[in-house]
Amino acid sequence: MTHPLIRRVPWTLLAFAAALCIPLLASRFYTSLATDILILALFATSLNLLLGTTGLVSFGHAAYFAAGAYTCAILMKNHGMPFTAGFAAAGVVAGLMALVFGFFCVRLTKIYFAMLTLAFAQIVWAICFKWNDVTGGEQGLANVPYPDLGWMASIPGLGGMRVGEHYFYLTLVLVGICLLILRRISESPFGRILTTIRENPERAEFIGIHVRRYELAAFVVAGVFAGLAGALFGIFNRGVFPDFGYWSKSAEVLIMVILGGMAQFWGPLVGAFTLTALNQQITSYTEFWPMVLGLILIILLYAFPAGILGTLVNVLGGRGRRTDA
Amino acid sequence: MLEVRGLRRTFSGFVAIADVTFSVERRQIAAVIGPNGAGKSTLFNLITGHIRPDTGHVRFDDSDITGAPPSAICRMGMGRSFQHANIFPKLTVFENVQAAFIAHRRTGTNFWLKSRSIFADETRVLLRSLGLLGQADTISGTLSYGNQKQLELGLALAADPKMLLLDEPTAGMSSSETKATIELLQQIALERELTLLFTEHDMDVVFAIAQKIAVLHQGRLIAAGTPAEVRSNPEVRRVYLGEQHP
Amino acid sequence: MDSSFLFGQFLGGLTAAMFLFLIASGLSLIFGILRILNFAHGSFYMIGAYLAWQLVHILGPASGSFWFAAFASALAVALLGALIERFLLSRLYGREELYQLLFTYAVVLVLADAAKMIWGTQQLSVSRPPSLAGSTTLFGAVVPHYNLFIMLLGPVLALSIWLVLHRTSVGRMVRAAARDREMLGALGGNVGRIYTTAFAAGSFLAGLAGALVTPIKTVVPGMDVEIIVEAFIVIVIGGLGSLWGTFIGALIYGQFLSFGILIFPRFSIFAVFALMAIILIIRPWGLFGKPLSR
Repeated sequence: MTHPLIRRVPWTLLAFAAALCIPLLASRFYTSLATDILILALFATSLNLLLGTTGLVSFGHAAYFAAGAYTCAILMKNHGMPFTAGFAAAGVVAGLMALVFGFFCVRLTKIYFAMLTLAFAQIVWAICFKWNDVTGGEQGLANVPYPDLGWMASIPGLGGMRVGEHYFYLTLVLVGICLLILRRISESPFGRILTTIRENPERAEFIGIHVRRYELAAFVVAGVFAGLAGALFGIFNRGVFPDFGYWSKSAEVLIMVILGGMAQFWGPLVGAFTLTALNQQITSYTEFWPMVLGLILIILLYAFPAGILGTLVNVLGGRGRRTDA
Repeated sequence: MLEVRGLRRTFSGFVAIADVTFSVERRQIAAVIGPNGAGKSTLFNLITGHIRPDTGHVRFDDSDITGAPPSAICRMGMGRSFQHANIFPKLTVFENVQAAFIAHRRTGTNFWLKSRSIFADETRVLLRSLGLLGQADTISGTLSYGNQKQLELGLALAADPKMLLLDEPTAGMSSSETKATIELLQQIALERELTLLFTEHDMDVVFAIAQKIAVLHQGRLIAAGTPAEVRSNPEVRRVYLGEQHP
Repeated sequence: MDSSFLFGQFLGGLTAAMFLFLIASGLSLIFGILRILNFAHGSFYMIGAYLAWQLVHILGPASGSFWFAAFASALAVALLGALIERFLLSRLYGREELYQLLFTYAVVLVLADAAKMIWGTQQLSVSRPPSLAGSTTLFGAVVPHYNLFIMLLGPVLALSIWLVLHRTSVGRMVRAAARDREMLGALGGNVGRIYTTAFAAGSFLAGLAGALVTPIKTVVPGMDVEIIVEAFIVIVIGGLGSLWGTFIGALIYGQFLSFGILIFPRFSIFAVFALMAIILIIRPWGLFGKPLSR
C-alpha cells in the first residue's frame, strides 16, 4: 500500500498554494509559462476522460480546443462581448461540435474511431484555414483582447501587478475549478461506468449499459472542457490560429497524457508541465525539438509506459491504484 | 418465461440455427446441450440480442424481445454469464460488482456523487453470498479462474434478474470447483426464484440439476424434454454415441 | 475546356493514382499483416526520395544511375524498416495498439528532423532518367514518357503483389498470418519473420515511391506528412487491408485530386477530409474491406 504518510499529505492543496505564489516570486516569463501549463493541463485532462477513463483513443481532440478558442476570440474581439460570455460560449460551441462529431465517431470502434476523429479535426482545421471572413483564414485572428481584469487590483496583494499576472490568477482559478469538476465527474457513478466500458465494453453492455450513449456523453464532456481550455489559450496567446486544430496539436496533447500517466487523474497535468518545460528548455538549445520529442516518446513507451506519475505511483504504492476509485 | 419460436440464423450461407422452437417455464432449470459447433453459443447470442435472427421470435416474460439491443434485454431482467470469465480486469472485485449495481439502479447518469461508497452494502452482501468478500479489494484480473467465474456470476446477479443464461458455467473447472459452482447455482436459483438456462459439456452436471433439456445438433433442435425422455431418445443417442464426456 | 485538356487531367490523375497506390499498398500490406497503421510510412517515402536524390547527385548523370539510385534507395529504406520492426516495434506487440501507433509517430518526428539535419530545408529535385526523358502527344495532350512508365508500373505492381500473395508459399503464410497470428505460430510458422518481412516489403514500396517521384515532385520537408494523409484516405476509400481496394481507391482519389482542383479550388483541402469522414460514416470498411462486426 502507499505509505500512509504520503497519502495524508494534501498534495493538491499544496500545489495550489505554491501556484498562488508564482507571480510573487517568479519573473514574468515564468508566470507566463505557468499560465501556458495550466491551460494545457486542462486540455490534457479533458482528453484523459476519453483516453484513460473510457478507453477511447481520439486523434482529433484539438478540434474542440480550436473551436473554443475561435468562439471566445471572435465574440470578444469582433463583437466586443465580455469574457464571461465568450468563455461560456466557447464551452457550449465546443460541446455542440463534440455532440455532432461524437455521434458519428462512437458508432465506430478502435482504429476507425481514431481515424474519424482525425478526419473531423482536419475538417475543422480546413474550415479555420479557409473561412477568411469569420476565422481570419490562414492569418488567424490576432490581438485578441484581454478580459477586463481591473477589478483584480482591489484584491489584497494583487494591486501592483500587470495584466499578464492578473490573467494568471484568473486562469489558475478557472482551470482549478474545471479540474475539480472533471475529477468529481471521473469519480462519480458515471465515471465508474466509463471505466467498465474501457475494461470490457461487451460486458458493460450486458450489465445494462447503453455503451454508445455513455461514450457520446464522455466525448461531449471532454469536448466542452477542451473548448474552455481553448478559450483561455486564445487570450493568453493574444491570437487564435488555424494550427490550434491541426493534428499535430492533437498528437501533442495525446503525448502529454501518456507522458504524465493516463491511469492517474493528475497524470495529464504532470505531462503538460513536463512537456512544456522540456520544450522550453530544449528549443533554446536546438531547433530539432521534434526529434528530441520523438526520442523522449520512444523512451517513454519502452521504459515508462505508465508515464511519470504512473511510474511514481507504482514505485511508491506497489499497486498503481487509479485515483478515480 | 422464455419462449423461442422458429429462430433461424445464417452466416454467409452457413446455417447456424435452423427453425429452433422451445420454451422454458418460470423457475425452471433448463439446459441446452449438443456437440461442438451445434450452435449453442449462437442460440444464446440470438436470445440476448447480440445478433439478430433472420426469422423467428423470442419472447421473454410475455414481451417480444426479438432484435432488441443487449442492454435493453438486460434491463428487462435477463442476465447472462459468458463462457470465458468476462469481467472488468483492472477494476477490483468490489468495483466490478458495484458497477453492476450502478448500472442496474440507473445511477450511471449521476455526475456528482462520490462513487466510493455507493451501493457498498448491497455489494458486500452479494460478494459474501459468492464467497468473495475477503477478496473485495483485489484486482479482479489477478483472481483465479474459478473466482473470476464466480465474480462473473455476481455481475449478472447484481442486476436482480428474473432469468439467467449461463454459457458453460463450469468450463475449465476442477471437479471440486464444479461441485461448488453447481451448489451455488442451485442455492441462488432457489433464493432468488430464478429461471436458469445454461449450456454445458459436462453431462453429469446437466443431468444432475436440469429439469428440462434441449438437444441441439447442427443448428436444429432434435429433442426437448425431461432428462429421462432425452436420455432415452434414439436420435440423441445416435448423435452422442462415441462422444466422450470431458 | 476542351477534350485534350480533360484527357491531360485524366492522365495526370492516373499518374498521381499510381504513386498513391505504390505507397498505399505498402501501408495496406503492413496494416493487413501487422494490424498497425504505420504513421512513419510517409517518412519512409521521404527518406527514399532524399536517398535517391543523394545517390543521383553522387553518381552523376551516367546512364542507368537513376534506376540504380531508385532501387538502392528502396532497398535501404526496406532495411531501415526491417531494423526498426525487428528491434523496436516488435517489443511493443503485446501492448495496447495505442503504444504502437505512438511509436510510429515518434519515428515520424525523428526521421523528419534527421532528414532536415542531413539535407537541410531547401527544395531538391532530380531530372528524369535519360531513357524516359521524352514525351508523346496522345489525343492532344502532352504525356511525358516517365509518366507513362509510372502509369504502367502501377497495375504491374498490383498484379505482382497479388501473384506473390496468392500463388507462392510465402504469400500463403503471409495471408494466414493476417487472418490469425496465433494459429500460425502454433502451426510452426515463424510469425516474427513474417512480420519483419511484411514491414520491410511495405517500406520498400514506400521508399521506391519516394525515389520514383523525385523527377516529378520536389523533395522538401513536409512531404512525409502530406503523403501519409493522402495514403490514409486511399486506404479508407478502398478498405483497410485490401489490395484491390487500395488500387481502386488510389484511382478514385487520383482523379478526385485532378478534377477536384478544377471544381472546388477553394475547398479542396476541406473536401479531401470531408470525403474521408463521409466514407467512415457511411461505409467504414471502404469498398473492398470486410464489414465491421458491430
